[in-house]
Amino acid sequence: MIYLTRRAEFSASHYYHSPSLSPEENQRLYGKCANPHGHGHNYVLEVTVRGEIDARSGMVVDLKDLKEVMAREVLEVLDHRFLNREVPVFHDVIPTTENLALEIWRMLAPKLEFCSLHRIRLYETPDLYVDYFGPAKDGNGE
Amino acid sequence: MRAEERVHLTRRYWFSASHRLHHPALPDDENRELYGKCNNPGGHGHNYFLEVTVAGPVDPRTGMTVNLAELDAFVQNRILEPLHESSLNEQPNFREQVPTTENLCVEIYRVLAEGWAGIESAHRARLERVRLEETSSNFFEYRG
Repeated sequence: MIYLTRRAEFSASHYYHSPSLSPEENQRLYGKCANPHGHGHNYVLEVTVRGEIDARSGMVVDLKDLKEVMAREVLEVLDHRFLNREVPVFHDVIPTTENLALEIWRMLAPKLEFCSLHRIRLYETPDLYVDYFGPAKDGNGE
Repeated sequence: MRAEERVHLTRRYWFSASHRLHHPALPDDENRELYGKCNNPGGHGHNYFLEVTVAGPVDPRTGMTVNLAELDAFVQNRILEPLHESSLNEQPNFREQVPTTENLCVEIYRVLAEGWAGIESAHRARLERVRLEETSSNFFEYRG
């Protein structure tokens, strides 16, 4: 089994606000990240797919196809956006790094019929990243 | 409300410390042969990079697996404050064992695991991995 990772960057702004919490609780929990004007990151996305090497091409996946899907389904949707206001799913889902990783998986997985998606890794900053390996198969995680 | 999904969140920190690799039960010539330059009597230093990985569900109320401010404060108090700009050989936990990065990695995991119940927002998450980079070429992971 070979694991291939493609890296891409996008820039976006967001803020954190939970409608389940009071304004005071939001401020206490999220601090400066609760500012409704938002703040921004250069996110670094790593998409890892897995598979066997095709005997004819020597490739696990045609990178051109993977790049096209990433660009169309994720980067064009998120890049240079205010996530809370301009990306419909984040009108209701708090755009934390955790939720972003989950949503990117959901955006990509159905469109990658030509390979098997293994992991989404999303860096919010160089010192903070989240890994998501897809929905749990047996209720106990991946 | 969405079903909870499980993610792995990694936070990265750094600290600077010195150490000398020397086993008190071995003769000097064996120490020199075993540890080479790392046995030099004055010790040497590293900028260590520490990654702490937490695994758990995303809280649908907050969108978080763990409150980062709480995690940062916990790591700062238990690990970074005691170790930063210190000599590892002088640390209480390294009086009886050689402060190799392997042993340091395990020790950091142990300290974090023992205090984990004190992180209120992490009650449904677990400490999954400690990764320690001694240099850009050497890194170690421990998963308990």
